[in-house]
Amino acid sequence: MAAERHDPAARRMDTGAMVKEAGATAIVVFALAFALVGLKTQDVPGGLAIITRFDDVFAATAIAFVGRMAIILLRVGRPRLVLATALPFAGILMFLLLSSRFLDPETGEKLARFLPFDSVVVNWVTTLIALGFAGRAALAIRHAAESLESLEEREKTMDRVGAQVQRAARYLGPALLLLAIVFPFMPIADRWLLDIGILVITYIMLGWGLNIVVGLAGLLDLGYVAFYAVGAYSYALLALYFDLGFWTCLPFAGIMAAFAGIILGFPVLRLRGDYLAIVTLGFGEMVRIILLNWYKFTKGPDGLSGIPRPTFFGLPFKRSAPEGVETFHSFFELTYSPIDRIIFLYYLILIMALATNLFTLRIRKLPISRAWEALREDEIACRSLGLNPRNTKLTAFAIGAMFAGFSGSFFATRQGFISPESFTFIESAVILSIVVLGGMGSQIGVVLAAVLLIGLPEFFRELQQYRMLAFGAAMVFIMIWRPSGLLAHREPTIRLWGRDGPAEAPK
Amino acid sequence: MLSVSGIHTSYGNIEALRGVDVEVAEGEIVTLIGANGAGKSTLLMTICGNPRATDGRITFDGNDITHMNTHEIIRSGIAQAPEGRRIFPRMTVMENLQMGATASDPQYFDEDVEKVFSLFPILKERTEQRGGTLSGGEQQMLAIARAMMSRPRLLLLDEPSLGLAPMVVKRIFEVIKEINKRENVTVFLVEQNAFHALKLANRGYVMINGRIALTGSGRELLANPEVRAAYLEGGH
Ligand SMILES: Nc1ncnc2c1ncn2[C@@H]1O[C@H](COP(=O)(O)OP(=O)(O)O)[C@@H](O)[C@H]1O
Ligand SMILES: [Mg+2]
Repeated sequence: MAAERHDPAARRMDTGAMVKEAGATAIVVFALAFALVGLKTQDVPGGLAIITRFDDVFAATAIAFVGRMAIILLRVGRPRLVLATALPFAGILMFLLLSSRFLDPETGEKLARFLPFDSVVVNWVTTLIALGFAGRAALAIRHAAESLESLEEREKTMDRVGAQVQRAARYLGPALLLLAIVFPFMPIADRWLLDIGILVITYIMLGWGLNIVVGLAGLLDLGYVAFYAVGAYSYALLALYFDLGFWTCLPFAGIMAAFAGIILGFPVLRLRGDYLAIVTLGFGEMVRIILLNWYKFTKGPDGLSGIPRPTFFGLPFKRSAPEGVETFHSFFELTYSPIDRIIFLYYLILIMALATNLFTLRIRKLPISRAWEALREDEIACRSLGLNPRNTKLTAFAIGAMFAGFSGSFFATRQGFISPESFTFIESAVILSIVVLGGMGSQIGVVLAAVLLIGLPEFFRELQQYRMLAFGAAMVFIMIWRPSGLLAHREPTIRLWGRDGPAEAPK
Repeated sequence: MLSVSGIHTSYGNIEALRGVDVEVAEGEIVTLIGANGAGKSTLLMTICGNPRATDGRITFDGNDITHMNTHEIIRSGIAQAPEGRRIFPRMTVMENLQMGATASDPQYFDEDVEKVFSLFPILKERTEQRGGTLSGGEQQMLAIARAMMSRPRLLLLDEPSLGLAPMVVKRIFEVIKEINKRENVTVFLVEQNAFHALKLANRGYVMINGRIALTGSGRELLANPEVRAAYLEGGH
């Protein structure tokens, strides 16, 4: 395989075969796009009308042809040609896109007509794909120049960086923690920043929870948001139907979510990789659709509102309380301020997230965690050592789900309103991205990735629709550049000699 | 101790074992030789319940283990160092050994680690090295050491000499003998390296196309002209 890849001559194709392959792709795209893209229904007075968009169909077909050609050329070892085409193409597209946005409307209008598609988003996607090809080609050119050894060298360097950051994490972790603790009292911390902080920490907690499933046990779970939803609805329903408080419901929500984890776990025990991913994806959708359609119980798309807010040991955060109930500010003889509640929520999620982290750090030292990792590396070997893969996997699903359940309850109590719309696939994707980007299994990596993926975009709200694009591009880039994640580096769970190696180090 | 009778095993509709009978008595070293694809690995895996036999019976110490779960079989005292070693490459030597001790009582851990280190002193110098960065011979030693961590009474070894230099092979076979003599572990050894394996063994079996074609003492098989022609004198 490797030899083949590095010997382009072995895989030379004649131009005819290339055109044929690319042509086949183009025909498939044309066939698919003809009806799906080419015909569009539109509301007109008096009913629906069909409008046609055949220019988009042709653009898509042409781009598919060119893209497939690029893939073939990369495959047969001619990256220069790809780079020379893809880069200018992306450049022109980008120029057109930007100028049609920022120049005066008239010129912009004129230029926009040269863009391949009507939709701005699709144009950007095309641009990014072209950029991706250019990047791949550039990498291929560099790889051809460098030897295989130096590639490994680079991985090693990154591993070393990972190890250093990990070591730095011993100081970085407490420093970040301190920052997180004093944050609400810093002068810059207004309500908006606190809200972002809460959001980021919620995702950190979700990332840490999913890290157990994906990072440690290596079970690719694309439906993690389902457990978040189970937690949120458990709390909301218990609170609304039985009039229970947040603290009473929290453990129940965790248990319900863990239970959901086990229910998902059973059917997928024998599945791995892609198949596991598909089933978990389906599970996530199932939960959402059940919540959507079980109207009598969950109020379906209307959602549940009036979810009670958490109390501080029974003291509500309210301006005024009903007869006989004391409020937080009156108990502590403070003047009422609505931000108190936000700060309380902030600390609540901070404590919950820290508990998740502590739990993970502890469990990593236990045999179960080693068993997860071993199971990820080689299931057959694990069986041959007397490990029961069923229990081991179910534990991972259950624990991961439990933390999602906790954060789900928090989400419900914070929002006061939940509906199935908050639990779509994109949430699972975001959480998974945080774990993957951070470097599977790395706790501090999750923090950095969550700040990067959740915190930063909040500051660029106005880019709303392009956020996801940038997000996708970042993921692609990471996958090419550092497939194991930013800070993937694994510390041994036990050491015979302590951290500093044996006394007279026989390396 | 181990008794395999009339075992059939299939992968889909390919029948890999077609009625295999093997006996291993307590304290013995028994060798199974055979060409590539004969079904040797399948037999070892079937003993461990993965894949399951479609027909026949396997008993260990008189107990029927044919339908037991893999992890229960291992817990009853059988360990396997599977073909291709299958150590955990990203985990350290020590962690690999810990995984080996999954099925055994934690109170014996330190004692057992000392024991396998005395069998394979080189591993003691490598405790914190990752499995994947060991040499082939060291990986094989680790695989055997890991199997020994479950305190087995019967050790199944699948081609421990695969792809190793002659010097290393010699060392591995010495240790197998030591495990058998000193630790009183019964050994069922699958090998293509017929010469060494038969010399070491009390008894041997020859497997052809999923059936046992020949059996006898190690010495007898070494002297057998068919065996010599097929497995010893440049048969492959
Ligand atoms: N996982 C599997 N799936 C399908 N067929 C298999 C599998 N493993 C082994 N076989 C087939 O079973 C037969 C016996 O294989 P194996 O037991 O590995 O032989 P040996 O160890 O003697 O080389 C071979 O024909 C092989 O192709
Ligand atoms: Mg084999």
